[in-house]
Amino acid sequence: MIPVTSVKTLPEAYALLQARPPGLRVLAGGTDLMVAINARVGLDRIGHVLDIWNVRELRGIALQDNFLRIGALTTYTEIIHSTLVNTQLPALAAVSREVGAWAIQNRGTLGGNVCNASPAGDTLPLLLAADARFLLGGPRGERTVVAEEFFLAYRKTALGADELLLRVDFPLPDAARLAYRKVGTRRAQSISKTLIAVRATPGLREVRIAAGCVAPIPLRCRRAEQAAMSGGDVRAALQLDISPINDIRSTIEYRRLVSANVLLQLLKNMGTPYSLPGRP
Amino acid sequence: MRLELRINGSVRSLEVEPLKRLLDVLREDLILTGTKEGCGEGECGACAVLLDGQLVNSCLVAVCQAAGASVVTIEGLSSSALTPLQRSFVECGGAQCGICTPGMIVAGQCFLDSGAAATDEAVREAIAGNLCRCTGYTKIVESIQHAARETR
Repeated sequence: MIPVTSVKTLPEAYALLQARPPGLRVLAGGTDLMVAINARVGLDRIGHVLDIWNVRELRGIALQDNFLRIGALTTYTEIIHSTLVNTQLPALAAVSREVGAWAIQNRGTLGGNVCNASPAGDTLPLLLAADARFLLGGPRGERTVVAEEFFLAYRKTALGADELLLRVDFPLPDAARLAYRKVGTRRAQSISKTLIAVRATPGLREVRIAAGCVAPIPLRCRRAEQAAMSGGDVRAALQLDISPINDIRSTIEYRRLVSANVLLQLLKNMGTPYSLPGRP
Repeated sequence: MRLELRINGSVRSLEVEPLKRLLDVLREDLILTGTKEGCGEGECGACAVLLDGQLVNSCLVAVCQAAGASVVTIEGLSSSALTPLQRSFVECGGAQCGICTPGMIVAGQCFLDSGAAATDEAVREAIAGNLCRCTGYTKIVESIQHAARETR
């Protein structure tokens, strides 16, 4: 039997993190970890579970110092219904509505999506494009890591063994627009085949592009950004950024073609006269 | 661990493993077998219950996270007669094999309680996490819309 420590405050959580029990896993809403436990995947590597679901200080959405701050345990449902998110960062509310369906949205958390660090995590390209920052905390103190430096390799993150993700901070987009498109088999309950997010200022002077499901990590696409800002061949540049694989959800060819189509469409819809070079 | 759950209105004290699925506690410890297991990975909604009033997949809830909480299962939606939604499923042919039906009715009740207008689009979004392999969904959507007309 795997021992579980359920905590209600951060100091309680930090006390366990400081002890560093072997094989410690953090449990929030359970929409990823419980799937793995039910399937008995990697069960032998789980030595102890830290259940943080009831840590209230990790919930909530606030606007402060030009940042939209979202507690790591904030659920998709809370994001979908937040007036602040819908006015300041509507794309985040929209993508949350495409995660699973109601029962998943009631339990799944933004922090869980980040820490699970799947390349298919639906919110993650948006966080990269939005230049989100992650506040990490533990017994040694707190630090901030930008989204782009958080995802290191397949399912490997910058989160220390004695750290928790506390909060996600979004710089307000000001004049920039943030948009995304998820491509899945059906509208609900589908894991993406590809997901592209773009943040751009008018005239595409500043562009940030990120993609999901097309690399081992949620990926910032710097070559595509450069091409978009300089009027270059975005389609060709994106192909150099991404490295999709064949799996049960899609193929390399489909992911390459559709990712580029979606990206060009998103850039076009940013309200600028943008030509579509190299369209097959 | 020992914990208390408020199941369908009555408090039950249980000795359980903390990571045991709420689904298994309902079916094995409390013999409430109305809640079904489909996929066991949060895709199908057959195990849907209300946890503190919110729709959840009970296969993804570790029972330690339900300690002290209120759980409503299909058995607890009504103490005697069928609810208007259950009657609608009977009248409109919303059930065939029955495996998805408890989850559909719990999700459908959640939708009715939300007070949202029962458009096709809204009803289909509300039950998007519940899979049915018999009906093609049309009669389920009609059942929920029928209940919305009857009760509002």
